[in-house]
Amino acid sequence: MSGLAIDKISMRFDLPDGGAVQALKDVSLDLKQGELLSVLGPSGCGKTTLLNIVAGFLAPTAGEIRLNGHTVQGPDAERGMVFQQGALFEWMSVRENVSFGPDMKGMKKAESREIVEHLLDVVGLQDFKDKMVYELSGGMQQRVALARCLANDPDVILMDEPLGALDALTREKMQGLVLRLWKETGKTIILITHSVEEALLLGERLLVMAPRPGRIHKEYRLPFAEMGVGADLREVKKHPEYGPTREEILTMIWDMEEEIMGGTAGGEA
Amino acid sequence: MEIISDLSGELATLFLGILGTLPALIGYVAVILLAMIVWRFARSKMQSRADYTSLKTVTFGDESAVVSDKAASVISIVLIFVIWGAFTGSAWLPKLLHAPGAFTGQDSFSYTVEYADGSTDDAEVLVNVFPKGGSPEGISVAAGNGPAASDVVEVQAYRSKLIVWDQNDAVKRADGAKITSVGGMAIAAGEDVTLPFGRVALTDKGTMNFEPGTGWQMEDIWLPAPNAVAERLVTLWQDGYQNVTLAEHLSYSLFRVIVGFLLGALIGIPLGYAMGLSNWFRGWFDPIVEFMRPVPPLALIPLVIIWFGIGEQGKIILLFLAALWIMAIGARSGVSGVKISKVHAAYSLGASKVQILRHVIIPNSLPEIFTAARVAMGVCWGTVVAAELVAAEKGVGKMIVAASKFQATDIVLTGIILIGIIGFGIDVLMRLMEKWLVPWKGKG
Repeated sequence: MSGLAIDKISMRFDLPDGGAVQALKDVSLDLKQGELLSVLGPSGCGKTTLLNIVAGFLAPTAGEIRLNGHTVQGPDAERGMVFQQGALFEWMSVRENVSFGPDMKGMKKAESREIVEHLLDVVGLQDFKDKMVYELSGGMQQRVALARCLANDPDVILMDEPLGALDALTREKMQGLVLRLWKETGKTIILITHSVEEALLLGERLLVMAPRPGRIHKEYRLPFAEMGVGADLREVKKHPEYGPTREEILTMIWDMEEEIMGGTAGGEA
Repeated sequence: MEIISDLSGELATLFLGILGTLPALIGYVAVILLAMIVWRFARSKMQSRADYTSLKTVTFGDESAVVSDKAASVISIVLIFVIWGAFTGSAWLPKLLHAPGAFTGQDSFSYTVEYADGSTDDAEVLVNVFPKGGSPEGISVAAGNGPAASDVVEVQAYRSKLIVWDQNDAVKRADGAKITSVGGMAIAAGEDVTLPFGRVALTDKGTMNFEPGTGWQMEDIWLPAPNAVAERLVTLWQDGYQNVTLAEHLSYSLFRVIVGFLLGALIGIPLGYAMGLSNWFRGWFDPIVEFMRPVPPLALIPLVIIWFGIGEQGKIILLFLAALWIMAIGARSGVSGVKISKVHAAYSLGASKVQILRHVIIPNSLPEIFTAARVAMGVCWGTVVAAELVAAEKGVGKMIVAASKFQATDIVLTGIILIGIIGFGIDVLMRLMEKWLVPWKGKG
């Protein structure tokens, strides 16, 4: 029973103007321990809603989430979360941020210190541990966020566009780091992204979701994540299957966006 | 309709008053602009630092390139003191810079009396104006020829005096004698004549009223000189006013502000947190807070005096109320301002509600609370002075209002300056504390 089960999740809520939104409908998915799943979809397809339900911040109107056999009732340290940006505690130093989880559990200082030092080594922030987080660059801040999440040793890591606010170069480096952490720690990871390339590179499994109502449109199993571990991601992109898969997914999402616009608005930059 | 004509009358008076001050304002601005041109020219001759800002070519509209010019600030302050000193004849300024002062000393003017039969006679008035604190010297003058005898008038500067010119004459006003000219200028009852050293008006009853020229300087009870205020500050510090030392006045005011503010913060901050964290508390207090916030604390003074008297209790309650709403609203918006991703992250990291309050919500709201505290301290300081003006036994506001009743304008000014300095000092102190205690402000 080890793993994450998303079982027929539906989510529907009323709007103040009397209407209702079917954000998700019958979404089912099983993730084995250590799987890396990336989720793509046009805006409004419910991917963030799904992630928030798995995290326990939202209750579904039907269905349930089971982790290692028990039902998810609310947020818990077993499901760690990495946000896009601004979720670090700017009143704490890098070290204090990373040791937040262990500290809240009441872990002994010596013990938590060891964990924190190790993780700072892993994400390459050993020289910055006594800085305040607002003194770091955006990429470094996301390294802190990853380390902070890992310090708690969660079973599942949920990432909500963790690299979305970074510049292209930093983003590429961070993608390598995410792959390395995934392989080294063996965590189950769900990663939401807007970038098709990122979804291809960082997904053993890739889920394309469709809007109205939010549902799973198509699932892929991809070799690129495995290939990318410890390798040059640019080399991975030269794989003969990479280009066609990317084009296929892009067309799929583009068509969905067109449908949302009703074909009237044309393209949006 | 009457109210509209009344108000438009007020508006016209106000407008004329502003127009009247326009030349002075233009002069002031001209001096500042002149100083700016001179300073810019002087600085362009000096070696300037090549920092980043100095290399910007676009500064008009770039807020970050606009910094307060220290030279302008110094000139601004010096100019205030120079103007103040010039129009009060301050001993701190060289005589050269003084505005023309009030006339003192002796002079004379002639006047012509016309009698019932059409004949006329000339006589003189010897004028002696003595400064404040002086006394009449009892000068006498020869009567001269003719029926009209010369007169003497001795008057203090800034005062005026009636000259009953016919009391030493044989032919009185009752016999038909009347003045037709003063200083060679024709005059009739109700008119006046301006002489180089003063003004002579002819009253309806035919007597002369002499006002010595006041010049451009202010009388002490209007505006004391800066050196007089400084001296008063020293004597106030040493001897106090009305048996209360200045330190005591100031300590009472500060004590009320600090205690009132601390009580307000002590209740207001948890109240704000409760309003930010619970629907029920927000629903409970929203109507009260939203109603009380726009009521200025000064409007509560009469009620507080009726309920609690003029003692310390009433004043502290007033300041407590002044600080309470500000602190509650500050704490509430501090809680509302926490990014939901921070709270979500903390929950996912296993934090309990208490831990989230302690480690996320409180530190996240501290910058807002400090901003509110600065506002609250400012409001409290203003309120305490106003409350003391209305009713108090001790306090800097009480000192001012007591002094004003005796027209001790120097004490009033000293008090106002101290209130300004202390208010500014409180704000600087709060800003330093903010920098020290919440260095992460605005960095989220």
